[in-house]
Amino acid sequence: MFGIDVRQKAWSAGLIVLFFVAWELFCLMTGMSDLVLPRPSQVFTTLIDRFPVLWPHIVQTLATTMFGFVLGVALGVALGAIIGVSKTAYDTCYPLLIGFSSIPKVAVVPIFVLWFGSGTVPAVLTALSICFFPIVVNIATGLATTEPELEDVLKALGASKFDILWNVGLPRTMPFFFASLKVAISYAFVGAVLSETVASNRGIGNVMMTASSNFNVPLVFAGLFVLAGLGVALYVVFSLIEGQVTGWATRKNDVIAT
Amino acid sequence: MRMQPNAQFDGQPVPEGAAATAIELSEASVTFGRGDRAVPALSKTTLKIADGEFVALVGPSGCGKSTILRLVSGLVQPSSGVVIVGGREVAARAVRVGMAFQNPTMLPWMTIERNIMLPLKIVEPFRSNFRRLRKTAFRDKANALLEQVGLKGFGGRYPWQLSGGMLQRANLCRALIHEPRMLLLDEPFGALDQFTREELWAILQNLWMTHKPTVLLVTHDLREAGFLASRICVMSARPGRILDDSRVDFARPRTVAMTFEPDFVALNQKLRAFIEDARSAAQQGAG
Repeated sequence: MFGIDVRQKAWSAGLIVLFFVAWELFCLMTGMSDLVLPRPSQVFTTLIDRFPVLWPHIVQTLATTMFGFVLGVALGVALGAIIGVSKTAYDTCYPLLIGFSSIPKVAVVPIFVLWFGSGTVPAVLTALSICFFPIVVNIATGLATTEPELEDVLKALGASKFDILWNVGLPRTMPFFFASLKVAISYAFVGAVLSETVASNRGIGNVMMTASSNFNVPLVFAGLFVLAGLGVALYVVFSLIEGQVTGWATRKNDVIAT
Repeated sequence: MRMQPNAQFDGQPVPEGAAATAIELSEASVTFGRGDRAVPALSKTTLKIADGEFVALVGPSGCGKSTILRLVSGLVQPSSGVVIVGGREVAARAVRVGMAFQNPTMLPWMTIERNIMLPLKIVEPFRSNFRRLRKTAFRDKANALLEQVGLKGFGGRYPWQLSGGMLQRANLCRALIHEPRMLLLDEPFGALDQFTREELWAILQNLWMTHKPTVLLVTHDLREAGFLASRICVMSARPGRILDDSRVDFARPRTVAMTFEPDFVALNQKLRAFIEDARSAAQQGAG
């Protein structure tokens, strides 16, 4: 078991290294101009050289992502709880939610900029609007799948709707919720960068935009690497939290027979 | 089977014979749906159950047995007629009963112990003390029950680590932990194999003899009804009515061996005849 796990990880790491080596060799052999596609070694050098300049932008992007994410989670949980508990609310709200979620979020950035000016606020709002939907859907699904028998057992004890929600509905929703957090944090990140790229003077998205107009292509790619790294890091953090909180849902098959 | 008296269950002891009425249905009918789509589930049923009685409801499937349970627990309101439980009409507020279904519905994120303590989190007077006593008195209470059903030491396990029979025993514990005066069981052993089922009959009999709650058991299994009940009611096909109501006076504690004796088999055959009549009447009605 352990051996297979380690070997699997070694393969994954090997593939990543291979990807960069192949890229490097491809650029060297074709004599690719670094204005088109810089070599990974150039990108990493730029990344290290310019790190002090990049750092505040990284902080900015992370902050807007997290802020939008937290607001999105709060909104998503509230909305998900409402439509998960009430069938009427579910049927009523769902078409509107679908409609809202199908709007490409790039399209709403100009509106946010119009209302709030360019900068942090539209980035936060874009992150929020893009990340709350998966949370709503997952919370609602989790709540709607509570076993009717268990609900009867508790109702027969005189449990209120809130008792059932608190003791059964919400804990049951946790695996769905944390699975959606993983997706939502990635979405929020995309939203924040998107808005920074279009309308902001801070953040990694903006750095990449500026670098691209200056033909500083290695810096554009350095920005891309930073984004990839941050995206993976956020995903990993929420996966770890998920594993900690909802271990019961990913149980092993260690059944004990009578 | 152990039969030690249990000091924790200091509910009113019921003297044999002279008992108060625990459940009374008079002319209770239940209809689901309205207008053209109305489905009568139970028609004008009258049933009186004394405190501490063990009543089994048998009958063809879909005859409204479960509807009676839901009426008594307050989950369903009668369309007409009256349902009185514990001296009060079952209004919007449910009475304190213990329930167990065929599906044990243990919560997968809690240990067995904590699953069993769930009713204590909801029912007064335990509710107010739950935070204070969950690690001490309530936990002991849960473990005492677990010991009684032969699950000593399994309190710390998670539901997925237990077999179906073990989960059903835990389910009985959960139904009893808040010391209900009434236990409503809807085919609790329906999904188990024959041997596990017979084992659980003895356990349930033991629980009933120690705690003496009023029990209403819905079952398809006539041997189960004969083994456990002190009274068996046979119901007609939908919409249900009570066709026969007979006492079962075999001595307790009953054993599985007793279910093969002539008296027991005769009772079984009598019940079977009633149900077959009801089934064929229903088929003629439908055809």
